[in-house]
Amino acid sequence: MLTPVLSDNWDQIRSWQLASYQRSGGYDALRTALRMLPADVVTAVKDSGLRGRGGAGFPTGMKWSFIPQDNPKPKYLVVNADESEPGTCKDIPLMLASPHTLVEGVIISAYAIRANTAFIYVRGEVLHVIRRLQQAVVEAREAGFLGTNILGTGYDLDVIVHAGAGAYICGEETALLDSLEGRRGQPRLRPPFPAVAGLYGCPTVINNVESIASVPSIINNGADWFGSMGTEKSKGPTLYSLSGHVTRPGQYEAPMGITLRQLLELAGGIRDGHELKFWTPGGSSTPLLTAEHLDVPLDYEGVAGAGSLLGTKALQIFDETTCPVRATLRWTEFYKHESCGKCTPCREGTWWLVQILERLEAGQGDESDLEKLLDLSDNITGRSFCALADGATAPITSSIQHFKDDYLAHFTNGGCPFDPMLSTVFATAGATA
Amino acid sequence: MADTTVPYSTGDSKIGETTIGEMRELAARYPEGRSALLPMLHLVQSVEGRITPEGIEACAAVLGLTGAEVSAVATFYTMYKRRPVGDYHVGVCTNTLCAIMGGDLIFERLKEHLDVGNDETTEDGKITLEHLECNAACDYAPVMMVNWEFFDDMTPESATQLVDDLQAGNEVKSPRGATICTWKEAERVLAGFPDGRADEGPTGGKATLAGLRLARERNWTAPAGAQARTTDDSRKED
Repeated sequence: MLTPVLSDNWDQIRSWQLASYQRSGGYDALRTALRMLPADVVTAVKDSGLRGRGGAGFPTGMKWSFIPQDNPKPKYLVVNADESEPGTCKDIPLMLASPHTLVEGVIISAYAIRANTAFIYVRGEVLHVIRRLQQAVVEAREAGFLGTNILGTGYDLDVIVHAGAGAYICGEETALLDSLEGRRGQPRLRPPFPAVAGLYGCPTVINNVESIASVPSIINNGADWFGSMGTEKSKGPTLYSLSGHVTRPGQYEAPMGITLRQLLELAGGIRDGHELKFWTPGGSSTPLLTAEHLDVPLDYEGVAGAGSLLGTKALQIFDETTCPVRATLRWTEFYKHESCGKCTPCREGTWWLVQILERLEAGQGDESDLEKLLDLSDNITGRSFCALADGATAPITSSIQHFKDDYLAHFTNGGCPFDPMLSTVFATAGATA
Repeated sequence: MADTTVPYSTGDSKIGETTIGEMRELAARYPEGRSALLPMLHLVQSVEGRITPEGIEACAAVLGLTGAEVSAVATFYTMYKRRPVGDYHVGVCTNTLCAIMGGDLIFERLKEHLDVGNDETTEDGKITLEHLECNAACDYAPVMMVNWEFFDDMTPESATQLVDDLQAGNEVKSPRGATICTWKEAERVLAGFPDGRADEGPTGGKATLAGLRLARERNWTAPAGAQARTTDDSRKED
């Protein structure tokens, strides 16, 4: 049922240190990869069917193959470790427990695309993760896995751990590049795509932490092994993150295509005495699902078929004590705060959405306001450079679709009919604010 | 309630030759120096306790930019602070999931307990309180951060105890990190100058290991062909 691969060494003592990682077979894949031609490493990752774990699900090996090797400019690998999508909490524990899994993946991946400089762009708000990444890079360099003439192969690679400074938008790959160039993190218009003109205008691959960390296991065990887990078009094991009103929240590494019903069984179910009301399959930018979607296979195709997106597999679980209007307003406030301001529909639209939702939560509104929200959402979605605006409207349109009665109850009640205390983890402990 | 106004320059900047030298060192780590601007601004905060005009001018001088260009960057990112930050930056996640799980009530309790509003500092200069967006620890909700170290599964009671300990100068440890240093010291690590404390703390908390522990109990593994695991029970973390 569960298939720990990335998480397999997380219960080893000092799993973040090089010595511990090597006791678990760490850096064996690097030795194997460096005996292969770079193009064969790309082929192996292509054949595995690995798709980007940062939310979009683009085939990783194909992304690498877009790098024009006849371009004389330097090539760069950039790891997107700016994990900030609400609900998403898989890359941070991975890097805290086993930063070397990522560093080994970085070296193999950079070798595959013939990059001599790689960056790990990690959000700034995770001090201890940054400490462990910094130490892992130093350890890897001292062991001869980084620097010049790696393991005597003539291949050179430098890895730079780069801390961000608080901006959700920098998880968007072109905004990340601008930020890494020392600018405001605002998305770029595409094309050109980063594979052609990325960091400093050079060919650049940007991959999520989990994608890159999956590479050593593919090199060690083969593309067929990776593809033996998961579904036809969504292959491999992956980290599902359960949070919210579940008995045992946490990281569950399972083959692609497991269902929420199965995951909830593993996590001890919805907290005692309560029932599932709604959930996000992959962070707040993915439309809400309900109990009728418990058996949807959690792969890219399955979740898309249910009208949502697999996203980052961040399963935020809410029980019947949760007000969907309050949840939606809070997410909308988040998108308003994080809109970079570049595109008008997003910059202005997210403010309008918040203003209307604040009024509705206070019970001041009627059914025509819901039409207005949907109309605004329709004018915001797909009209900006990046997907932030699309994400902003996802909770609004899906919550109105599934929970219109809860919105209407705010109007008849003259305010929120839910008691916020009941949804807290300490509700049963008798604590008060 | 803390004074929310701040002079443009207090005239007592601590940016000197040492910091300028470190800024040049950061710029030299990158293929193009300007890439070091975010780390350099973290360094400014580690020296000044905030982003100062002198710090902005120093970054500009080192990188050959104008002060306006550096200011445009500094004002874009929420971790850069125009007003002085206390010894301990205390964050409470109030994004949807944490808010609903209790973050809103924790934040309200702390504002009252510390007698400050959002993004304000206590009279004694010890604590700056701020509500945060998602910090990627949702499986430990409600979550707080102190100087960007995790504090998991918080309650109003544990939150007030935490800030009381910080104000009293008691040693405080993150359940998934190190002993809490000052905000300025943390900013120095973010700038790219390690403090040698990576080995403190565990591999992960209970939620991080929830799936793995279940897999161990039930003998679930990835299919054959997987690299032989070298798990040795005697070396396992508790």
